[in-house]
Amino acid sequence: MKIPDVLETLRHLPFVKNFEPDQIEKLAVLAHEGRFERDQIIFREGDASSFFYLIVSGKVALEVTALGRTLRVQTLGDGEALGWSSLLVSEGKHFQARALTAVRALVFDGARLREACEQDPAFGYRLMRAVFEVLAQRLQAMRIQLLDLYSPASARA
Amino acid sequence: MLPQASRVIAVERETRDTFTFTVAAPGGGSGFAPGQFSMLSVFGVGEAPISISGDPGEPDRLVYTVRSVGPVTQALVTRRPGEWIGVRGPFGASWPLAALRGKDILIVAGGIGLAPLRPAVYYVLRRRGDYGRLVLLYGARSPQDMLYRKQLSAWSYLPDTQILTTVDYGGLSWRGHVGVVTTLFRYARFDAQRTAALVCGPEVMMRFVLRELETRGMALSDVYVSMERNMKCAVGFCGHCQLGPHFVCKDGPVFPAARVKRLMERYEL
Ligand SMILES: Cc1cc2nc3c(=O)[nH]c(=O)nc-3n(C[C@H](O)[C@H](O)[C@H](O)COP(=O)(O)OP(=O)(O)OC[C@H]3O[C@@H](n4cnc5c(N)ncnc54)[C@H](O)[C@@H]3O)c2cc1C
Ligand code: FES
Repeated sequence: MKIPDVLETLRHLPFVKNFEPDQIEKLAVLAHEGRFERDQIIFREGDASSFFYLIVSGKVALEVTALGRTLRVQTLGDGEALGWSSLLVSEGKHFQARALTAVRALVFDGARLREACEQDPAFGYRLMRAVFEVLAQRLQAMRIQLLDLYSPASARA
Repeated sequence: MLPQASRVIAVERETRDTFTFTVAAPGGGSGFAPGQFSMLSVFGVGEAPISISGDPGEPDRLVYTVRSVGPVTQALVTRRPGEWIGVRGPFGASWPLAALRGKDILIVAGGIGLAPLRPAVYYVLRRRGDYGRLVLLYGARSPQDMLYRKQLSAWSYLPDTQILTTVDYGGLSWRGHVGVVTTLFRYARFDAQRTAALVCGPEVMMRFVLRELETRGMALSDVYVSMERNMKCAVGFCGHCQLGPHFVCKDGPVFPAARVKRLMERYEL
């Protein structure tokens, strides 16, 4: 995928909705296209986290393995971000990610993203804010999930 | 109003603890409106309010989906075809579907909350030309806890109909959506300006759904919720089901969301 195509794809993703045009271009230069087949593992829990992904199309499941059984705890779809821990230094992946359908994504090397943030703090702020929004939504969703929403008994407790 | 003896015609297992059973409507049936409930009793055990979950177009039979949580519901789910239960009702305010003609209908249900909404789906499907899009968002704890799975799948092929389901946790064989019901909104296609929403589930879930609907630009005046409170008389005498100034049995269980939002239990996160 050429840079103008990446740019065109990137522009349509909600992740960059608050980015300035030149910041989107900067991000586009750092991206390459990734394709994953149905059932392919994109990364495993504990992997040294190097890549950040924006899903262009397809569906990805986040999975955890506990007590010998794998549980799907969240699914992500078109336009959603995956692998945010790559933006932190020395963090392993917290979940396993598996493509549930054929997936097309924009892939970013976490180290290069961090470097770009250091060099251009305005860009870094924009990027971190977008990631922060994703994290806030995930955290909220997780908290609601912990409430066991569909059980009236637990809600009454 | 005394319970009338009604014969169980069919019992179907939905999940580990939930069964759908059909009884012959007492006296051939006087009809019911989507969202209404009956008081069901088992002799010697007690009585509980249970929503009617069947098709209002088939008034000779009453269908109930019951989750076994205590003495009455446990006794109900162990009835077998040919046995008898007591039925009072139907009671309560229904989903105001006739007044919502011309609108898109968005249904949001959690867990057993799909039961009182299923008659609304039947109602809309029988009058398909009177309504715009039909969007149903349904969340359950796990794939094994989902009600009416075959039916949901069949409905998803109907024109102008979008059925989205999600679970909190799925095993490897579940290829559908995982996340709480509010995470389905980003995939739902509806125009907030011409949509009415019907919501039922535990109160904590409904509170999050109302918040999400408002974020998506919906006015609470276009949103209806079904509330649960313990009941005894079911006809507005005893006060058991009080919710602020309202009696759930008589003024509800379906209420305009704007009227009860502040009375819903609060959960701080
Ligand atoms: C308008 C209305 C419609 C209803 N429709 C349905 C329906 O279609 N299907 C259905 O299964 N139930 C429905 N209910 C809920 C049902 O009436 C209650 O669960 C009832 O209390 C059950 O009586 P019980 O004797 O079996 O259990 P109880 O002895 O009343 O309760 C036993 C234990 O379970 C807890 N509990 C009570 N209710 C629930 C619940 N709903 N889920 C989980 N735990 C609970 C109680 O806190 C208690 O600890 C409805 C309630 C109302 C008000
Ligand atoms: S149950 Fe008696 S007033 Fe509602």
